[in-house]
Amino acid sequence: MSVLEVMDLKTYFYTSHGVVKAVDGVSFNIEKGEVFGLVGESGSGKTLTALSILKLISFPGRIVDGRILFNGIDLLCSDDKLLRNIRGSKISIVFQEPASSFNPVFTIGEQITEAALVHQRIGRAAAKRKAMEYLERARIGDPKRIYNGYPHQLSGGTKQRAGIAMALVNSPDLIILDEPTTALDVTIQAQVLDMLDEIIHRERLSILFISHDLGVISRMCDSVAVMNKGRIVETGPVKNILNSPKEAYTVSLLESVKALS
Amino acid sequence: MRNKLAAGASLFILLILLSAVFAPLIATHNPAAVDSRSVLTGPSRQHIFGTDRLGRDIFSRIVYGSRISLSIGFIAVGIAVLIGVFLGAAAGYYGGKLDMALMRFVDLMLCFPTIFLILAVIALLEPSILNIMVVIGLTSWMGIARLVRAQVLTLKERDFVAAAKVMGAKDSWIIFRHLIPNAIGPVLVSATLGVGGAILIESALSFLGIGVQPPTPSWGNILMDGRATLGIAWWLTVFPGLFILFTVLSYNIIGEALRDLLEPRLKK
Repeated sequence: MSVLEVMDLKTYFYTSHGVVKAVDGVSFNIEKGEVFGLVGESGSGKTLTALSILKLISFPGRIVDGRILFNGIDLLCSDDKLLRNIRGSKISIVFQEPASSFNPVFTIGEQITEAALVHQRIGRAAAKRKAMEYLERARIGDPKRIYNGYPHQLSGGTKQRAGIAMALVNSPDLIILDEPTTALDVTIQAQVLDMLDEIIHRERLSILFISHDLGVISRMCDSVAVMNKGRIVETGPVKNILNSPKEAYTVSLLESVKALS
Repeated sequence: MRNKLAAGASLFILLILLSAVFAPLIATHNPAAVDSRSVLTGPSRQHIFGTDRLGRDIFSRIVYGSRISLSIGFIAVGIAVLIGVFLGAAAGYYGGKLDMALMRFVDLMLCFPTIFLILAVIALLEPSILNIMVVIGLTSWMGIARLVRAQVLTLKERDFVAAAKVMGAKDSWIIFRHLIPNAIGPVLVSATLGVGGAILIESALSFLGIGVQPPTPSWGNILMDGRATLGIAWWLTVFPGLFILFTVLSYNIIGEALRDLLEPRLKK
């Protein structure tokens, strides 16, 4: 069964210069335990697709059409309270910028503990143990120190690992990773990808992996959709798409990477 | 230099606070005791700040007056902060029509000359200490509301707020847990400056005779008492005046120092 089914999603922005069709008829499925990649140049609508799934589109943007089924429930029709409950513990997101994904006035540990407390019927001590456990799972060297650290005291890489720990702490059915390693330098990026790879396969997580980096996509994903100008131009298993692309845009995207290396 | 100044100001405020709390121990006389044998005597060993036209000890009256003046300052600012933070956060977070309505209300309130508004309200109600606190509070929250709104407008776009929404946080949780704690720095600065301002307004009201009513001493009405005899007894106006001056100055210096500490970018 599909964890997430997106059908003909359209998210438009109504600006004074006219309508911007940021997401224009996007459809894809993510099966349980599948890592689904969304790749494309910047401005192609990858992140807005993710934000639409989470209903985080704000004025002047609007989701004008489409259906988003999450475990069979239509997220676009659900009322706010139901939505809060389903997406609350079942979907989580890791953002590109680790610097702004934590609240600067609380410690990392408090924030992960809080996330666990809100959605699980456990006590504070148990939630704290859980937070610590997930920090360890995200391969953070000294979890106790990081737990008590404030966001500004940690490096970008550590913060991003902590962000991943927070996204995992409620064992969600779907995790959206929006360029999770783009802000990190190359060596840290490789370590974080290793860590993600291991956790994803051990826990059989369903992932929507957004990246502009074909190398990262080919390494992490089972299937991929190539986006351009708000539309999906080509979709299929990663190997097929990368080895024998059919669409002109995919070919040029692949060639631009080759040209660089 | 800056730090020394701030330390001196903090020390002064601390002394005033202590004297307000321990007024009965520090005052040398009963502040209401009338003594017909020593009317309008200058500063002496017995009455270090002199006496007024009823023979009351000015030092003791200033010490007891600090209780009134400081509590009016704190409570008025407390009311202003509560209203300002709440309305500012609501306007910034929800935006749209609510924001529009609240900010136009702020503009409206700012258009009134505050002191006349207070005069009008106090003239209608009775000039009790409680009324004065509430009225000062109700007319001085607008700056804080604008500050908090501006902070919230930028903070609500940050990823951790989006992450909290994704995790299913309610609006109230996001506002009180994520937005207000991050917006509190400038509010603290504004509140500190506001205490000085509130003390000044109280003094002005009492000086005009519609503030704290005699025989309860406040710095403003001690000053007013001395006005009639300004030509022959300078100590009646100079001492309470100096206390008002140094207290308000200290609050302003502390406020500026806090601003430098909390917002280093603004430091010249």
